[in-house]
Amino acid sequence: MAIQIIFLITAVVTLLAALMVVASRHLVHSALWLILALFGVAVLYVLLDAGFFTVAQVLIYIGAIAILFIFAVMLTRRDMRDSGPQHTPGWWLAAILAALMFAGVMIMLISWTGFSTPLPALAADADTLSRLGLALVSPDGYLLPFELASVLLVAAMIGAIYVSLAKK
Amino acid sequence: MAFLSDPISFIGNWLMTLLLGWGMTEAAATAVIKFIGAGVVGTFSLALVIFTIWLERKLYARIQDRLGPNRVGPWGIFQTFPDMIKIFTKEYITPDGADKIVYNLAPILAVMAVLLVWAVIPYAPTVVGTEVNVGVLYILAVSAIGTLSIILAGWSSNNKYALLGAFRTVSQLVAFEIPLVLSLLVPVLLAQSMGVNSIVRSQDVWFVVLSPLAALLFFLSSQAEIGRAPFDLLEAESELVAGYQTEYSGLKFGMFYVGEFLHAFTVSALTATLFFGGWRGPGAEQFPILGIAYFFVKTFIIYFFVIVLRITMPRVRIDHLLNFNWKFLTPVALVLLIATALVEKALQAVLPGLAVNPALVRALVHFGVNLLIALGTFAWLRRSSQRERPRVAEPRPTIVAPKTSLSDPSL
Repeated sequence: MAIQIIFLITAVVTLLAALMVVASRHLVHSALWLILALFGVAVLYVLLDAGFFTVAQVLIYIGAIAILFIFAVMLTRRDMRDSGPQHTPGWWLAAILAALMFAGVMIMLISWTGFSTPLPALAADADTLSRLGLALVSPDGYLLPFELASVLLVAAMIGAIYVSLAKK
Repeated sequence: MAFLSDPISFIGNWLMTLLLGWGMTEAAATAVIKFIGAGVVGTFSLALVIFTIWLERKLYARIQDRLGPNRVGPWGIFQTFPDMIKIFTKEYITPDGADKIVYNLAPILAVMAVLLVWAVIPYAPTVVGTEVNVGVLYILAVSAIGTLSIILAGWSSNNKYALLGAFRTVSQLVAFEIPLVLSLLVPVLLAQSMGVNSIVRSQDVWFVVLSPLAALLFFLSSQAEIGRAPFDLLEAESELVAGYQTEYSGLKFGMFYVGEFLHAFTVSALTATLFFGGWRGPGAEQFPILGIAYFFVKTFIIYFFVIVLRITMPRVRIDHLLNFNWKFLTPVALVLLIATALVEKALQAVLPGLAVNPALVRALVHFGVNLLIALGTFAWLRRSSQRERPRVAEPRPTIVAPKTSLSDPSL
């Protein structure tokens, strides 16, 4: 019961923050609302008993990606108190499309049997963290996607170094 | 005896029975007790700061051959209280055009980022705020919030110089996070757990003996993370007034100030916990009081070194600082991490078969690997500096004054 209340509050806060990300006039405010939305997702991970994902979410999304967003805003705007109108001219079309997509996804989810089956409870001393680590590096686990993601990151780093290299 | 061996659960149970006796539901009672616990942890660390500010000012003064605070109370120990009252009574001047919400949020986030770390540091085997099994990662995550608060402070002040200070600060902080994380992974590897209390429990031999290089790297990167000299460009008074804190007055500045001092003490506590055995010492398991005492003795010794380092070293220039990080600390940290992981796995495979004391051999092998890496680094540095010397010793072109009518009447 308490978990349901906390979940509802967190969900409402996250959705409101996400709405304010796109409805805010100042870019830096949008970045800050995004931080709140990401923090809401971290709280949802806590409710799902996934402690590792909570701290990873805070560390990666808020600690690195949000700071990157703020830097990008600060370094590319001529005037940082840049503000714009709250909505673009075709907003009603975007709203209809978004509602249709949401309805489609909800229909698909509800018709999936896994949606309403309760999850099996983990054993009390299941060492989820080491099992996650083993799954990520074992060849019959998720090793290939893990290595592909690393290759993607290396490509991004090489691209960044190349772009920022001083032209000799 | 139950109180002595496990004081937190004892008090928790007593409070629980009290609250249930008053008619609260169990969920509400648990929530209230957890809130009280969080409040105690936060208040305790803030109370510690009052003492550490006095300690730092006294040590500064003595090293600089002057007296330091000596008027308020014996040896000036109450000096922090009048300072606090002074900061409380100062006027809040919000600059024109500042973004009010962000401007007021930044100091709160700065202190929050530091206070949150105290929740996972174990003072004794059973006295710990909360035992999460991802404690080390949690510490890194909340340090990231501190970085965020600095850029928010710099941006919301509507001041070019504060913004420049914030940019420099964040570039330094983000840069030094990498050797910090890499060197933090070494105790995690050696203890095979990310929980801070588990790391302390597995330190039969202190990790500073097993991996002194990791301790040194962690210490150096954390000095840069908290903006302490020799990396304290962030508050280079001669250059940027007060950097990102320029436009803050009164208690808001006080919060940055307290956050910075608390961060220095927190980092000393982390070094003591992760590398020097935390609460470990003779008799700590039976009497948590002894554990707390050992923990604080170690923390204060390291804090002493932090202060001495701060007061004796000149400031490093920003480009030298970033070179130090990217070209020295990060490669050494990477090599150290890879070597430690390989050696640890090799030892796990080989040691059970040998007829030697496993802890001693493990300590010696890890120490030897660290020594090798350190010697290799010195050799590399010597070679590269020998290559650099002839290049720097070349005569530089001198500046020739342009010909103007003052020096040449014919023009």
